[in-house]
Amino acid sequence: MSLTRQDVEKVALLARLKFDDEGLDKMTSHMVQIVEYVDKLSELNTDDVEPMAHALDVFNALAEDEPRASLPREEALRNAPKNDDEYFRVPAVLGE
Amino acid sequence: MSIIQKTATEQLALLQAGELTSVELTQAYLDRIEQVDGSIGAFLRVESDSALQQAATIDAKRSAGDSLGKLAGLPVAIKDILCTKDTPTTCGSRMLEHFQPPYNATAVEKLLSADAVILGRTNMDEFAMGSSTENSAYQTTQNPWDITRIPGGSSGGAAACVAADMAPLSLGTDTGGSIRQPAALCGCVGLKPTYGRVSRYGLIAFASSLDQIGPLARTVDDTALLLEVLAGYDPLDSTSVNRETPAYSQTVHQPLEGLTLGVVEQHFSEGIDAEVATSVQQAIQVYQSLGATIKSIEMPHADYGIATYYIIAPCEASSNLARYDGAHYGYRTDQAEVLAELAEDGSDEGPLVRMYRKTRSEGFGSEVQRRIMLGTYALSEGYYEAFYLKALKVRRLIRQDYDRAFEQVDLIIGPVTANPAFAKGEKTSDPMAMYLEDLYTVTANLAGVAGISLPCGFTSAGLPVGLQLQSAPFEEEKLLRAAQMYQSATDFHSRRPELS
Repeated sequence: MSLTRQDVEKVALLARLKFDDEGLDKMTSHMVQIVEYVDKLSELNTDDVEPMAHALDVFNALAEDEPRASLPREEALRNAPKNDDEYFRVPAVLGE
Repeated sequence: MSIIQKTATEQLALLQAGELTSVELTQAYLDRIEQVDGSIGAFLRVESDSALQQAATIDAKRSAGDSLGKLAGLPVAIKDILCTKDTPTTCGSRMLEHFQPPYNATAVEKLLSADAVILGRTNMDEFAMGSSTENSAYQTTQNPWDITRIPGGSSGGAAACVAADMAPLSLGTDTGGSIRQPAALCGCVGLKPTYGRVSRYGLIAFASSLDQIGPLARTVDDTALLLEVLAGYDPLDSTSVNRETPAYSQTVHQPLEGLTLGVVEQHFSEGIDAEVATSVQQAIQVYQSLGATIKSIEMPHADYGIATYYIIAPCEASSNLARYDGAHYGYRTDQAEVLAELAEDGSDEGPLVRMYRKTRSEGFGSEVQRRIMLGTYALSEGYYEAFYLKALKVRRLIRQDYDRAFEQVDLIIGPVTANPAFAKGEKTSDPMAMYLEDLYTVTANLAGVAGISLPCGFTSAGLPVGLQLQSAPFEEEKLLRAAQMYQSATDFHSRRPELS
């Protein structure tokens, strides 16, 4: 499965990144090289192996259902690039 | 001998005996930083004023006879990836240049309640992605043993500051080798705890199933002291494990009887530097002379570690780093430029999506973008099973290799890296060459076991070589005691780089 420049462009949109022409060429060549390397895993037969997402067998680590103080709004908004004291502000989502 | 050449354990004894104040000790380190960090670049920010204030407060508590924490008065440097309330925490990224977290990481809280003095923040590869600290958006860090070479990474600043006597103790993080590899290349001790031993709350996430916070220090007993403070269950991290923390600093000097060490033959096959191999082989002989039994073991899937890691870690990273959207916190691109760009290329993408894309492309460096791209690709429709699911299965096989090994041996012994510190710029244009730096370290993260790196020799060019010991999960006490046995029999840990 060889990775094309068009594939990389599509992935860039999914990843919410954007490259210029030169950047796209470079990213494509690096990704091709890395994907070729990691494809080494296909040598192994893993038909009967359970996937391991995590090193610990911890299940349902739930906190007690007790209310506790949350971050005050002012604090939560403090690091926002743009806010109006109530909300995070972003560019218009809906068309005019 | 100047005070900063003593170990943290020795300094602590002097502080407790009233022969040294924390202000004197902190000032001595600040002077040293002033003197040598211009050429090393280990610190992103030195917090002189607050450090001296904390030190004075601890001295006053001591004079008043108040009870004090386990690190009372000792300076500690912190990798710039741990959230510290109302203080810049950049993660080595432009994305977080002006970010001031509204809360403290648990590891930071633990240092503060142990009465440690926070000296400053150390340099790192952006978002902990890298093996040379060259991916920092701010500065490079030089190896104290040869300033034309890299200190390793991603915790390069954390290792370099300890190696150059700019801090007695420091905190790093290890996702694929990021504590052990720089510790090896800078000639200090670094420990990656078992996954779940130390709370990750407030650690800026890279790959959540692999990340662990751990100590770096000059000696094994200092490492034990710091781990004892960091370890423990935290209800704020659901993956931290509810187990008692052993008193590592109390048991570290007790040698282990009947120790069996496993050696993996492939570790010494092609690709390893001859001088590195010799130093590690000699270290194995030291253990034999101390009564340990050496046993050859098989780790049949070790060679698949890098491939497995470079699927899983980017997948987790692409998900974790989706939060940097230019809306909630961190960098955002200029809005007028977004609109102008859209008008120019006539795209129907919409200003919000373009704002995300432009923000992220400007805020993240190239390695971070590469990993986000790889992870997004491996998780995308049609590729998920071939890459991500496959990697999770091989991860299980790697864990089973470890489980079988630890049925036969107490610890696994071997190299940390195949080569000593490489030249700056040598691997920056070849991502695969950089990734292979983690060959001997990534499997511990994938399996969730503990590992330590300790100094075991020098090359003819005077570069440090690291020895790696790995233990079964939650066997850090065994790891530290075995490491201390080696340290007591050798003097590599006490050698110092010459710095002007």
